[in-house]
Amino acid sequence: MTANSTSNNASRLHGESLTVGYDDANILDGVDFQVPDGEVTILVGPNGSGKSTLLKTLARILSPRSGQVILDGDDIHRSKTREVAKKLGLLPQGPIAPEGLTVRELVGQGRFPHQSLLRQWSSDDERAVNSAMETARVMEFADRPVDGLSGGQRQRCWIAMVLAQETDLILLDEPTTFLDLKVQVDLMDMLVRLAHDTGRTLVVVLHELNLAAAYADRLVMLRSGRIEQSGTPEAIFNSANLKAVFDLDAHVIRDPHSQRLLCVPSSLGSIASTVEVGARIA
Amino acid sequence: MTAAAVAPTGSRQHLWLGLSALPLCVLAVTVLFGWHVAVGARSVPLGTVFQALLHFDPSQFDHIIVRQLRLPRAVIAVLVGASLAVAGALLQGVTRNPLAEPHILGLMAGASFAVVMVIGVFNWLGGFWLPWVAAAGALMAALVVWLIAQWAPGGATPLTLTLAGAAMTAFLTALISVAHLLNQDSFEQLRVWLVGSLAGSGRELVWVALPWLGFALALAMLLANKVTILAMGDEVALGLGVRTGWLKIQALVCVVALTAGSVALAGPLAFVGLVIPHAVRLFFGSDYRWIVPYSALIGAGYLLGVDIIARLILRPQEIATGIVTALVGAPLFIHLVRQRAR
Repeated sequence: MTANSTSNNASRLHGESLTVGYDDANILDGVDFQVPDGEVTILVGPNGSGKSTLLKTLARILSPRSGQVILDGDDIHRSKTREVAKKLGLLPQGPIAPEGLTVRELVGQGRFPHQSLLRQWSSDDERAVNSAMETARVMEFADRPVDGLSGGQRQRCWIAMVLAQETDLILLDEPTTFLDLKVQVDLMDMLVRLAHDTGRTLVVVLHELNLAAAYADRLVMLRSGRIEQSGTPEAIFNSANLKAVFDLDAHVIRDPHSQRLLCVPSSLGSIASTVEVGARIA
Repeated sequence: MTAAAVAPTGSRQHLWLGLSALPLCVLAVTVLFGWHVAVGARSVPLGTVFQALLHFDPSQFDHIIVRQLRLPRAVIAVLVGASLAVAGALLQGVTRNPLAEPHILGLMAGASFAVVMVIGVFNWLGGFWLPWVAAAGALMAALVVWLIAQWAPGGATPLTLTLAGAAMTAFLTALISVAHLLNQDSFEQLRVWLVGSLAGSGRELVWVALPWLGFALALAMLLANKVTILAMGDEVALGLGVRTGWLKIQALVCVVALTAGSVALAGPLAFVGLVIPHAVRLFFGSDYRWIVPYSALIGAGYLLGVDIIARLILRPQEIATGIVTALVGAPLFIHLVRQRAR
């Protein structure tokens, strides 16, 4: 079922027959997954489908029960974690900055893998931090505490921290959750531009299907710990797959302005009539 | 964007404050140190104090008081104040719990319990082994508290850790009281120590505890930058290449050593580890490369000041230092809570 229609790309990061689980249950069940270099790959799936687990396993946060994650030819779970951190950045879901930490201090932490006891802070670090803050547009509040900013601003600070790490591969776990739609769109615009302009590889877990379809170069649909569909949104974002993967009755239409694909849940009509009935009873 | 191009943390305000406050704090601690040595049942002029420290003359009575009696006590105040403040700072960072502190998490009760049992029940007064006994007690208590918290639904969160620590402290304190009731004679000598006091320990004990505290304070400085990252969450830290499990073990060893050395020297002193790191954060932010050294400095100064008060209020009598740390520390902490809530 793995429709590798676009896999003529090389892949620096891939998972081989990954089985991951907590306690008795397996969350991922023998997943093979190649991250195409220089593209934006978006993982979607219903709650509990294993999309975050897959991301965390690729990022070496979780260890697989069997199978392995290969980064540049080496098993990532056996490599020196600091060396991995020079190639692979991670933004976990809902990170919380310690009280009072300023934006510049937070972004500066991204330089940790490049530092050592003897090499504490260099002009390279300073340049990387400034450039990351420019890219994520957080320079204007550089010296303010992170915990005093709005949700969207805070998330941009965290993205700046991961950018300061200067890795070719960046994994992000639901970076837009709990943000206003406008802020979600701005963030995704920024991330995708970053990938396409600088050739970085992004893997993003997203909850919002329409955002995923709009921004993905490669869309990956998971269900019950398996990859069900993988391909360009044009190839796989259709109502049959949404029904099979999400158990969602939806039409997929094309936005007349952007020509992007959109899904519209088809049960909306019945909700409207229920509201009408409810209003009549009241 | 031109000034301070090479900054350890990047935040100019914290950098500026951090660097400029250093000589000021060192000066303040030095002055408090001199004042601390001068104060007592018989006051010695400050000039004589520094003379005795720099050009010791054994024929002068004041010089002997300074060297033999006052100096060890001031050194203990500096060591214990610095150690407890740093232990509190590390615990707060690693557990992401603003209430974490050796006393609240039960480590101090564990250390005191072990010491009381060994001295009180087995009637054994061991100098060299005292920190080892205290360390064993602190480590056991820390592990049990962690296990209880881990065992609770939801795992070891700041809340479960604090609750488990409070329960552990209450339980061990009760056990100490029971032991006290059963064996009043040998506990009489421990009574003052159990409140927390800088008076009892002699010079020998300073030499015993010094390697413990010196090693642990140095280790704390080495861990500081990673603790800042760990305070941003385990997953962020792992993503940045920090080996979080190993870091937590190192931090635990560090905190146990600091607690053990302090308890061996001065008994279970509460509040120092809680109040000082919060006060430091108010000025120097959340980077542990600032928090650790400034906690050490300000903790040392704070305990010197508190011990001066303890010996001045009822002169020529003195109050146990532990009572004054609580008397001064509690209102200070309430003030800090109000500051942070704003």
